[in-house]
Amino acid sequence: MKLLVCIKQVPDLESRFKPDATGTWFSETDLAFRMNEYDEYAVEQAVRLREQLGDSCELTVLSIGPDRVVEAIKKALAMGCDNAAHIQDNAASSKDPWQIAATIAAYAKDKGFDIIFTGMQSQDRGSAQVGVTVAELLGIACTTTIVGFACDSGTITAKRELEGGIKGVVKLKTPALVTCQLGLNVPRYPTLPNIMKAKKKEIIAIPVGDLLKEEALAITASFHPPAKKGGGIVLEGDVADLVEKVIAILKDKTAVLR
Amino acid sequence: MKTLLIGEYREGKLLESTYELLSFAAQLNADTAMLLVGSESQLPAYAGTLYLADIATCGEYNPDLHKKLILDAVQKENPDCIVFLHSSYGWDLAPRVAAALKAAQISEVIANLDGGFEVGCCNAKMRRTVKSTTARTVITIQAGAFPVLQPGGSPAVQKLTADSSGNLEFIGYEPAEKKDVDLAKAEVIVTAGRGIGKKDNVPVIQALARALGGELGASRPVVDAGWVEHSHQVGTTGQTVSPKLYIACGVSGAIQHLAGMKKSDFIIAINKDKDAPIGEVADVLVVADVMQFVPALTAKVAK
Ligand SMILES: Cc1cc2nc3c(=O)[nH]c(=O)nc-3n(C[C@H](O)[C@H](O)[C@H](O)COP(=O)(O)OP(=O)(O)OC[C@H]3O[C@@H](n4cnc5c(N)ncnc54)[C@H](O)[C@@H]3O)c2cc1C
Repeated sequence: MKLLVCIKQVPDLESRFKPDATGTWFSETDLAFRMNEYDEYAVEQAVRLREQLGDSCELTVLSIGPDRVVEAIKKALAMGCDNAAHIQDNAASSKDPWQIAATIAAYAKDKGFDIIFTGMQSQDRGSAQVGVTVAELLGIACTTTIVGFACDSGTITAKRELEGGIKGVVKLKTPALVTCQLGLNVPRYPTLPNIMKAKKKEIIAIPVGDLLKEEALAITASFHPPAKKGGGIVLEGDVADLVEKVIAILKDKTAVLR
Repeated sequence: MKTLLIGEYREGKLLESTYELLSFAAQLNADTAMLLVGSESQLPAYAGTLYLADIATCGEYNPDLHKKLILDAVQKENPDCIVFLHSSYGWDLAPRVAAALKAAQISEVIANLDGGFEVGCCNAKMRRTVKSTTARTVITIQAGAFPVLQPGGSPAVQKLTADSSGNLEFIGYEPAEKKDVDLAKAEVIVTAGRGIGKKDNVPVIQALARALGGELGASRPVVDAGWVEHSHQVGTTGQTVSPKLYIACGVSGAIQHLAGMKKSDFIIAINKDKDAPIGEVADVLVVADVMQFVPALTAKVAK
């Protein structure tokens, strides 16, 4: 069986974001990058299946972006992926979901992947389009937002998470693509021996121009902070003072303290 | 401007969120037609064209077939925009329709602007204005971003059918996990977010909840990590609550969390990040380390 997992590197979401010179995305100055959280679940699930199937199975991890994304690729290799494709694109953040999906589909076409794993969305853009669009471009079965996954002789049983915590159970025939939701599994931390082993694994570099032939369908006109709604008060300072202030507010504005 | 709105059924019922699509279309001043995989016994109260496919034969979750139905209606209506809710149904189906039409898709729209559509990004901390370059545009709208609009009347029904390729089979629904606490009844909820750092710190949050006579709530990562049981989760995939007092400890304020608690009477958030989006709904944002502030507050409250 051949497996592919697609990952994105995103900034730490606790950072402060400022528009870059184009005003259409964030400036990368002072930002720390990590693997998109949703993709960690995708990698873990792919690695579990790879372990279940043994050496008859090959698991490739793919990421599109500038050289910094190799860090995220190395983490996925240390978690247990066999090899990697780094699609080099210094302007990846200006591509729309259609172009990212078209790039992945162009890479995956003719490679005969049986199952493709992606996160359900990225934490920074949150479009939730790329996985499904890749499946459509490849003409394979697809389901989204999975919190349960099992695979047995070419049939996937997946649980989709729906609003209010109910789940929808779905069966899919491979080849298929699934997009992974938070809580699907508990992603492992790479161990030191596995980090060392991962250093020997192959990372193939492919210039994005070799794969991408599509123009963007949607364009970002501006990237900006939300208009402040105001209303709430912000309290800062010494903890003891903050406690006094909050106690006073609770007495004044709520009936819970009297 | 003409829109084709894609309504939603779940477990045999028309979802009220379908009416949010109508207010989105009204804001655009657009002509509307609607498509629904549903049943004649429960039609939306709206006096326009309704393409109706039978839920008994087409199923609630059969994306390939539903895509074909929508493409058929697109042929008949020639809409500029095809609009879904950004829901487990919409985000699954919209990209399939967009790919088939090679149309731009703009996800989780929160407002219409002159220059395009406004969407959130960076976990709701920032916004983007996005424009389509294609003749047709596929849109998903954020749940709750547009008010429910029930114009009344009855639709002019046109029936549709299609065949499925059968590479996906829907087996059925599994109910949500049983609740051991009914957060909906709590007057005070103190919620632990990922900012509490580790499982060992849950009792610190629990202690404040107890001191205030309330219940413990949790954000999703705290539940996923197994620190707190799912029955305590607040948000779109947990419970929707509106207590008298909601205290969010180390919760960033992602839209899926806000959807479950923003109707609370009074909201206090404790976060070390002054820009955390929870500040948008909080009456009071305390900029502090939760593990320093919360025990100190509990001690005072207990007195
Ligand atoms: C389909 C779908 C459904 C979802 N359903 C839900 C749902 O029902 N409920 C839900 O909650 N989420 C849900 N989510 C997840 C949601 O998008 C967010 O990922 C989640 O709410 C984030 O939880 P958090 O705020 O605890 O963690 P984070 O976003 O990681 O935020 C942690 C916060 O803690 C602060 N912090 C860190 N350390 C400290 C400290 N020492 N002192 C003070 N503050 C600190 C940080 O500044 C940050 O703001 C859903 C997502 C999807 C895609």
